[in-house]
Amino acid sequence: MNLRKLFRPKTVAVIGVSLNNDRHPANVVFNKNQLRYPVKVFPVNPRGGILQGETVYKNISEIPEKVDLAVIAVRAEQVPDVVSECIDAQVGGAAVISGGFAETGREDLQDRLVAIAKEGEFPFVGPNCLGIYTPSHVDTFFIPSERMVRPDSGSVAVVSQSGGILVDQIVKFAEQSIGLSVAVSIGNKALIKELDLLNFLVGDPETTVLAFYIEGFGRNEGREFVLAASESSKPVIVLKAGKSPDGRRAVSSHTASLAGDYAVFSEVLAQHGIVEAKNESEMLSFCESLSCYKGSIEGKVGIVTGSGGHGALSVDVCSNHKLHVPHLTEQAQKQIREKLSASIQAIASVGNPIDLTGSAVDDDFVAAADQLSSIPEIDCIIVLLLPYLPGITSDLGARLSQISRRAGKPLVAYVPHVERYRMLIEGFELNRVPVSPSIEGAVLMAEAMRRCQPC
Amino acid sequence: MLRKEIRDIIAESRGRGWVLEPEAKRVLTVSGIDVPNSTWAKSLEKAIRFTAKIGYPVAAKVVSPQVLHKSDVGGVVLGIDSDDKLSETFNRFSTFQGFAGMLVEEMVAGAELIIGAKVDYQFGPIIVLGIGGTGVEIYKDTTLRMAPLKESDVASMLKGLKAHQLLEGYRGSESVNLERLNTTMLAFSRLVMRLEDYFESIDLNPVMCSSERCVVADARIMLK
Repeated sequence: MNLRKLFRPKTVAVIGVSLNNDRHPANVVFNKNQLRYPVKVFPVNPRGGILQGETVYKNISEIPEKVDLAVIAVRAEQVPDVVSECIDAQVGGAAVISGGFAETGREDLQDRLVAIAKEGEFPFVGPNCLGIYTPSHVDTFFIPSERMVRPDSGSVAVVSQSGGILVDQIVKFAEQSIGLSVAVSIGNKALIKELDLLNFLVGDPETTVLAFYIEGFGRNEGREFVLAASESSKPVIVLKAGKSPDGRRAVSSHTASLAGDYAVFSEVLAQHGIVEAKNESEMLSFCESLSCYKGSIEGKVGIVTGSGGHGALSVDVCSNHKLHVPHLTEQAQKQIREKLSASIQAIASVGNPIDLTGSAVDDDFVAAADQLSSIPEIDCIIVLLLPYLPGITSDLGARLSQISRRAGKPLVAYVPHVERYRMLIEGFELNRVPVSPSIEGAVLMAEAMRRCQPC
Repeated sequence: MLRKEIRDIIAESRGRGWVLEPEAKRVLTVSGIDVPNSTWAKSLEKAIRFTAKIGYPVAAKVVSPQVLHKSDVGGVVLGIDSDDKLSETFNRFSTFQGFAGMLVEEMVAGAELIIGAKVDYQFGPIIVLGIGGTGVEIYKDTTLRMAPLKESDVASMLKGLKAHQLLEGYRGSESVNLERLNTTMLAFSRLVMRLEDYFESIDLNPVMCSSERCVVADARIMLK
């Protein structure tokens, strides 16, 4: 099954629009795509008529053009017939928004739907989902445009079993300027499952990082998923819901009791080089970091800061993960110190963390990062920037980014995210250097690169 | 493909839901996994003949389809050092419900590990390695991998244990035989993949690992 038309359609049919209720989910989807996206949208309702000046087609077969994507928002009982009609009309695929299937005990209806789709080789996401959002291209989420916060186009794909979590993530992507390639809510994942999307996205040229929110896999589905992910050339990040220990099983076996469901999930992901995010904030940091840097690190971190406290806090976070902050050799320390401005040479600490003190200027940060990037004991640089220090200017983001690019050593930054420091932040972001609004987030960005390899 | 001998043992054990220890060890032996030198004595004479051959001390365990947790009911005696003690133990075991003989084994020593497997609903066969013995669920020092294991997995599993230094020689103590441990784990992994459709979980606990051997002192195979 080819999923490309689902994510980058030229023509979209919205089946189930209401002629008198503009707040109907199908109408919301119709409106936003017609007004805001470069797709041709056709409303469908068996009663026909006119909606916002557009002809409402009575049946998908009446639409004069070939439809790439059908958004199906009719009552559950009608969905199998609608899908049959889509197959007859050679539609490319569908997002089935409608609920009322397995999640409400109607497995029979869902099975019928899947059987029809399989027979017709017709790909669909859902049912019981929000569907697909491809920035600047198409949006099947039934959330009014003015309520959505939209991230820029980018290279991270997000796949989620939960629509709510997906929207939340998208909003946070926008907040942290993480670019999105596609977002898809798969709901009951009756036909298209995580594995299908993994396979599609690995081949999708717009996507470089794959992020999944997973509640659980079907029988042996997890095995297929991790095996496929371990073959992927693109990093795969997974956030798992439901981590509490499973108390259902009798303890007739130590192994079963020691290897509970979540322990297995977590360790098997690590075994296959899949990056597990333990919570939403890890997910964001990991997505941002891995969309900027390819390849993994051992986790030998060099820290540059203008405040001893920031350095100490970041070392604490490093040690909570498996990141080392190696003490630099006398020789390396000497070299760094020699490059600093005369006014701070005597007061800076250069052991790692490198604390340049509040008297440091841009050149000192650049010099320290430059030196670290040539030390083989360090494979990642974290810069903790305090933009209110008098010697720091808005140019520093771009300047530090250039050093990282030139040396090919990943650099991540912490800058408080307030509007006043925007130019400094963008100096990093526009040069594809990840920048976090928290110290912990910056460390997690380094941690993402460490986890991105089989254990 | 499962060997006929293993298939037969499983077929015979299915009704019970688990495999008797002597038979579980037979399954391990034919799969290339080391177990203690032993005899399944249905008579005292056979037990004594065996100890005459291998010498004392020995361990004795009750064999009964009605006793799954042997040590909980006093069905395990270690360090038996005379015919008298052996006979006393045999006589006591013979009063157990469902008594089907006594397993007499050479005593083995070493660091106590657990090697286990289960069939996970989402990921299929999983292999566990950890600090074993009766305190296994107290220490909870285990690491796991989706089977089958690769050659390099065993070393990385060991590294994942908090106590790995204890096993690799800590403050003058001898390291366990890592090569034997590796061979044991890989042989177990092959067995697990072949048994996938039949078992629910397997505990090899303890596995006694010394600088010379890795010997499975007790084995429990729970069937589907």
